[in-house]
Amino acid sequence: MASVFGTAIKRREDPRLITGNGRYTDDVQLPGMLYAAILRSPHAHARIRGINVEKAKRHPGVVAVFTGRDVAGKVAPIPTAWLPPDSNIKTPAHPALAVDSVRYVGDGVAMVVAESRYVARDALELIEVDYEVLPAVVDPEKAMEKGAPAVHEEVPDNVAFHWQAGSDPASAFQDAEVVVRHRFRQQRLIPNAMEPRSAVAQYNAGSGEMTVWVTSQNPHIHRFLLSNILGIPEHKLRIVAVDVGGGFGSKIPCYADEALVALAAKELGRPVKWTEDRRENFLATSHGRDEVIYAELAGKRDGTMLGLRIRMVANMGAYLSTAAPGVPTILFGLITVGPYRIPRAHTEVYGVFTNTTPTDAYRGAGRPEATYVIERMTDLFAREIGMDVVEVRKKNLIPAEEFPYTTALGLQYDSGNYHGALQKALEMVHYEEFRKEQERLRTQGRYIGLGWSTYVEICGLGPSQIAGAVGFQGGLWESAAVRVHPGGKVTVFTGASPHGQGEETTFAQIVADRFGIPVEDVEVVHGDTDRIPMGWGTYGSRATPVGGSALAVAADRILEKARKIAAHMLEVSEEDVEFADGKFQVKGVPTRQVTFQNVVLQAHLAWNLPAGVEPGLEAQAFYDPVNFCYPFGAHACVVEVDVETGQIKVLRYVAVDDCGPVINPMIVEGQVHGGIVQGMGQALWEGAVYDEQGQLVTGSFMDYAMPKARFFPSFETAHTVTPAPHNPLGVKGIGETGTIAATPAVVNAVVDALAPFGVADLEMPLTPEKIWKITHGRDA
Amino acid sequence: MTTTKTVVTLKVNGVERTAEVEPRLLLVHFLRDVLGLTGTHVGCDTSQCGACTVLLDGRGVKSCTVLAVQADGHEVTTVEGLARDGELHPIQEGFWEKHGLQCGFCTPGAMMTAVELLRQNPNPTDEEIREGLEGVICRCTGYENIVRAVKYAAERMRG
Repeated sequence: MASVFGTAIKRREDPRLITGNGRYTDDVQLPGMLYAAILRSPHAHARIRGINVEKAKRHPGVVAVFTGRDVAGKVAPIPTAWLPPDSNIKTPAHPALAVDSVRYVGDGVAMVVAESRYVARDALELIEVDYEVLPAVVDPEKAMEKGAPAVHEEVPDNVAFHWQAGSDPASAFQDAEVVVRHRFRQQRLIPNAMEPRSAVAQYNAGSGEMTVWVTSQNPHIHRFLLSNILGIPEHKLRIVAVDVGGGFGSKIPCYADEALVALAAKELGRPVKWTEDRRENFLATSHGRDEVIYAELAGKRDGTMLGLRIRMVANMGAYLSTAAPGVPTILFGLITVGPYRIPRAHTEVYGVFTNTTPTDAYRGAGRPEATYVIERMTDLFAREIGMDVVEVRKKNLIPAEEFPYTTALGLQYDSGNYHGALQKALEMVHYEEFRKEQERLRTQGRYIGLGWSTYVEICGLGPSQIAGAVGFQGGLWESAAVRVHPGGKVTVFTGASPHGQGEETTFAQIVADRFGIPVEDVEVVHGDTDRIPMGWGTYGSRATPVGGSALAVAADRILEKARKIAAHMLEVSEEDVEFADGKFQVKGVPTRQVTFQNVVLQAHLAWNLPAGVEPGLEAQAFYDPVNFCYPFGAHACVVEVDVETGQIKVLRYVAVDDCGPVINPMIVEGQVHGGIVQGMGQALWEGAVYDEQGQLVTGSFMDYAMPKARFFPSFETAHTVTPAPHNPLGVKGIGETGTIAATPAVVNAVVDALAPFGVADLEMPLTPEKIWKITHGRDA
Repeated sequence: MTTTKTVVTLKVNGVERTAEVEPRLLLVHFLRDVLGLTGTHVGCDTSQCGACTVLLDGRGVKSCTVLAVQADGHEVTTVEGLARDGELHPIQEGFWEKHGLQCGFCTPGAMMTAVELLRQNPNPTDEEIREGLEGVICRCTGYENIVRAVKYAAERMRG
């Protein structure tokens, strides 16, 4: 039988999803179910002088109304689960519903529970809140200024944490012939998973068991946190998240809303559902990015990079969301040197409170920002010394023979062939021909440009010991259980909880490949804390390198036991048995063999097992990786800028990625496509805008530009294959690479196209208005 | 805010369904909450994302922008009604075959939009497909494989 590892088989999850049989949270309907709606603050910063809920309570169909005072003491403050060490981190309490003050537009103030969705919404309008509006601050640098309004009284300077990594690169700057300095603005983005957040809670007063269906990327983390928030022990708390309609980081955090729904179910003795609408999603679901970055790159005129100094001011919003402090620190600050051999580097990060929606991980989380800065700085450096951008990259990329490579910031890049990926992309792009064509078109008044992004990222989160060392309040290993049924079919239980990444297929391929059985014989179970022992979820491109590796380890444990039984059946010693294509065979004697299924059956019958072997065939693994994974690649974007209208048209997009061996090429390509579009979205269209009073003026799909199908050409994708040396599959993550790589490739392309206009940098998103002002000599 | 309920009768996926509804009830909530047809999703509240698209008398509409009472006496086809006699509709085959979905949330609406697109233009170019997907927001796929899925379906439907 041909190996299923590396095959583009169709997805196992699709038949239910294309027929309307998915099981998303809002699809859950329970007898006697009530509906909750949450009143959200219309002010960015205000003191609550009083709340009158009497009219709402009397409204027909309303069952209960809860305020901050009603839930205080029953629902503990929502915690932060990432506390970077040595950062003087401040974690002011985040009450589930505001008690005295609201701190951003969207902050929860009260919850109505009613007999229907519509009645719950109606009743929100009957709640009277007396607000004393206070001055607000939305810009992270302004929040650090003396005299700025304090978001939390106990943090008067608004600095949530101050973190540093690396060592002072002063010597590199002393030796430098050239120093390039630049300020970058990473605009705030809205993750906008297409499925709004939702939670359904059901409580059994007799048994004390609470079940919460919730839109989560990590049900066990939700159980861990909700258990503490609600005071319900973990063995009485079940979290279910089978089909989740995208997350992109925004469904990692534990939100107050989910805890409130559970409280209501318990207090009212009936199931309760809450589902946000899109406007609520814009206001009350975590945002991404929003940082100001000051970069200094020291180098020599021959193109050698010597040192890098980075200072970031990160807007954390009004509270520290679950994983938020890890994003600008570990996930950004440790990888600012990118794929280049930069001997000295230092990163300094200020995390700052403002009166805005809390930020947290958004696809790539920190790594897109790091890649953007180093890739833009590389182009600025090339421009400064008059060298081709590709030549500068070639000169500084870490050579293949230097892996594993320890960077100036202390990470050990596991494996790589960065020049190989760049070379492949150069061939696909036809670089020399492009430059000639660019010259030719410029003489006709047409402006095309090509931008590069040679990236490396840190994923496969991660070794638990390091997770602890960098302040993550959990482990980052993954669990897998493989249960082989008597008839030879297999159920696999994974703690990685996919939400669109296709692991029901990929993971079945891993196990089917190991056992030499058809992929249809393997069922993958995920997203239910009652069925899966433990897990840390899907984010940080960890599901396959960590969760998949856990599965491989568990499957190999099955094979180890099966081999013992097979040897016994074949009456030879274990060493004389080989396993291939689903058959155990006496070495060199093809006529003496038993199938995997046959051995499985014998394991369960247990009529004649070798001494010391237990019946049954089930294995569990708790796999803790020894290192992160470092996927890399080279992306190139070709654009044409219409200098009359400011419109940018993407003509070509070439992506060469290296995520090690590819398990399912179709799924990997899909991940790359989606990632690219999100990265391009940041470069060209997306951006959340607050006014000075803290109102989100881009609070719907009418105001926030989401990428549409017609914005894109067909993408050209390719791979190089450099295995990760430290996991049993050799795989690296691919879920975030497109988003990490694409943004600077696009911006570099537009800057290249507009070089004749003297353009060195452009602030994202590159809207036609900004471009038009430049090409028409107006101040941008 | 008291409302008088009114009786509506719709033919949904070929089956006549009658219910008493508030006049303000959206068709999408009628489908999901009253009939339990949860394949049609709600992704926004401004009629932009297209996740709720269904066919009303064979024409694509966003069911978050139609009241259940407006659909009284009409025929509605949802994603649950696309497959016939256990055979997937060509657009469903296309989405499966070409990996046109990841999280699957926008997919029912994207498929219904594609059915409408192919009704209007049975042989679309890539560019026409991309234009025709204007009313669909997908955050996962980057659209490329949705375009391939629609092309696949177009070829199958033309025979």
